[in-house]
Amino acid sequence: MSSGIALSTPPPATPPGAVRVGQVSEGLRRWRKFKSALVAGLCLTCALIVVTPLALVFGYLVIKGVGSINLDFFTKLPVPHGETGGGVVHAIVGSFILIGLAALVGLPTGILGAVYITEYAGRRFASVVRFAADLLNGVPSIVWGIVAYAILVLPKGSPFSLGHYSAIAGALALAFIMIPLVLRTSEEVLLLVPNGYREAALALGVARWKIATRIVLKTASKGVLTGALLAVARVSGETAPLLFTALGNSGWSHGIRDPMSALPLQIYAYAISPYPDENRQAWAAALVLLLMVLVLNVGLRYATRDRLPTRPGTRGKKLSSAANTAATTAVTGGAVTVPQT
Amino acid sequence: MSSDNPATVAVPTNRAPAVSSRVVNFPASSALPAVSPTDAVAIDAREVNIFYGEKHAVIDATLGIPARSVTAIIGPSGCGKSTFLRCLNRMHELTPGARMTGSIRLNGENLYDPKVDPTVVRRRVGMVFQKSNPFPTMTIGENVTVGLRLNGVRDKAFLRERLEDALRKAALWDEVKSDLAKPGISLSGGQQQRLCIARAIAVQPEVLLMDEPTSALDPIATAKVEELMNELKRNFTIVIVTHSMQQATRVADQTAFFYLGKLVEFAPTRELFNNPREKQTEAYITGRFG
Ligand SMILES: Nc1ncnc2c1ncn2[C@@H]1O[C@H](COP(=O)(O)OP(=O)(O)O)[C@@H](O)[C@H]1O
Ligand SMILES: [Mg+2]
Repeated sequence: MSSGIALSTPPPATPPGAVRVGQVSEGLRRWRKFKSALVAGLCLTCALIVVTPLALVFGYLVIKGVGSINLDFFTKLPVPHGETGGGVVHAIVGSFILIGLAALVGLPTGILGAVYITEYAGRRFASVVRFAADLLNGVPSIVWGIVAYAILVLPKGSPFSLGHYSAIAGALALAFIMIPLVLRTSEEVLLLVPNGYREAALALGVARWKIATRIVLKTASKGVLTGALLAVARVSGETAPLLFTALGNSGWSHGIRDPMSALPLQIYAYAISPYPDENRQAWAAALVLLLMVLVLNVGLRYATRDRLPTRPGTRGKKLSSAANTAATTAVTGGAVTVPQT
Repeated sequence: MSSDNPATVAVPTNRAPAVSSRVVNFPASSALPAVSPTDAVAIDAREVNIFYGEKHAVIDATLGIPARSVTAIIGPSGCGKSTFLRCLNRMHELTPGARMTGSIRLNGENLYDPKVDPTVVRRRVGMVFQKSNPFPTMTIGENVTVGLRLNGVRDKAFLRERLEDALRKAALWDEVKSDLAKPGISLSGGQQQRLCIARAIAVQPEVLLMDEPTSALDPIATAKVEELMNELKRNFTIVIVTHSMQQATRVADQTAFFYLGKLVEFAPTRELFNNPREKQTEAYITGRFG
């Protein structure tokens, strides 16, 4: 036991079993290591749970569907029931048209709505819009189908009703699924843009709308794009809203005022069909749909990759964008498989 | 100028003046020009009061800022320096609940005239911030010309000319002239701040406001920016908020001392530091509070 004033104080003696500050007992150290490993392991498990369904869905679709994929599948129309061969080109083209139209309406609306509530709106109005979007995100997609059916398909449903099934009705149903989704994801990333950029631009005498679009939206473009892709992926696999609106079409008709086929509709029709060849084509169509979303995702990311060579956090962004891709495709993968279960 | 400063403040009487213990010393070679009464006033602020809701952040500030010189605003944190600075280009209007009364004239024109567009005010009165903020999506070159481009200037030759001129004035041209296509945020902290200065002067404002522009920089980068201010004041009227009294003595021709929202004293820098008229100024510069 030594105490008092010394230039280099010897460590104070400790009673047996006690622990000095900065030093822990062997048991406690092991317990801490265990806890650390436990949490890391738990997180890894959860990360794997995100990726595993993608791998499973993709693998299963390849096994079941790849045998029916050939050039005819992409270039030919369906053959009469019971015959083998033919393809689903009308549904592939139909899906592109429907999703394209939906994106054309849904993405700008959602993104500009988000710009309004982050850049212009008062706190109260912003929170009303946010709340509405959250509620709408919880509306089952079949409800959107029924709403579009009532307003745009039923004769005399509204002044805008065509009185029959149409691609326009389907695209609008999909667009209204996209809007709240895109609005919320865009809003989140727009809020992440540091205020310093807005102030810097203001101090240059730049008009508010140019700051909103050319500075804020541009700075957040990566995140906005991710949200947009997520929304596109989400509606690509939607089947229920299209059943009430676009209806489907076994022939080559791509007027947007007419009924139109789409891959999910074709998958649904083939999956519940009594003909084994059509069942096989359902798997193939599901595989094609998943690949389409994957290609769209990767392609858009490549097209909009960093124009400027060095950006802070690029590595992190790359990693997380890989995870995003997995998540988006997993979303559609899930939606695609719904009709078969 | 300082003579028409009406601000006087009740002074704690229990403190003995500590004239002998100045914490701020001028460099030996310092040759600060005195503000002569004939200097043209660029910014004429009268009875400026600024409120954040109930909070009275700036109280009855009246001062005339001379053209083509550096004016420093000092004072303890929270005394209203930034608030006052931001009302010189109407930036405070972006803060919800902020209100201002009084008048501010720039070369005779009332900046708060209802007919005056605040974006035009901000083109004439530029601003540099504490944290350098080059736009991350833009190259060095684009960062400099962004103010012109987003105000509708398309002429390539003119943009190019302004780009070089602004970068030269910001003492950055030689360092970046071959890297204009690199991202603005690839520069070092000090270079980024000078890039922000170049961006601000590319739109050719009359006044440059700087809110603690060097507080995030290392001493060498700070020295560069201070040197730059000495150059810039030939073309621009500069108002700088600084928490460093040393910096005020190094760069400012005149200094305004704010305390608890009030302008306590405004005088030529040397006079304010060597011979303060107000006890509170003296207490502050001798380090007794703040
Ligand atoms: N947005 C705001 N809302 C409410 N009060 C504010 C706001 N900004 C500043 N203030 C208050 O106004 C006073 C002056 O602030 P500021 O001008 O930032 O001080 P300084 O720049 O001198 O440190 C402080 O008391 C601060 O709390
Ligand atoms: Mg401040």
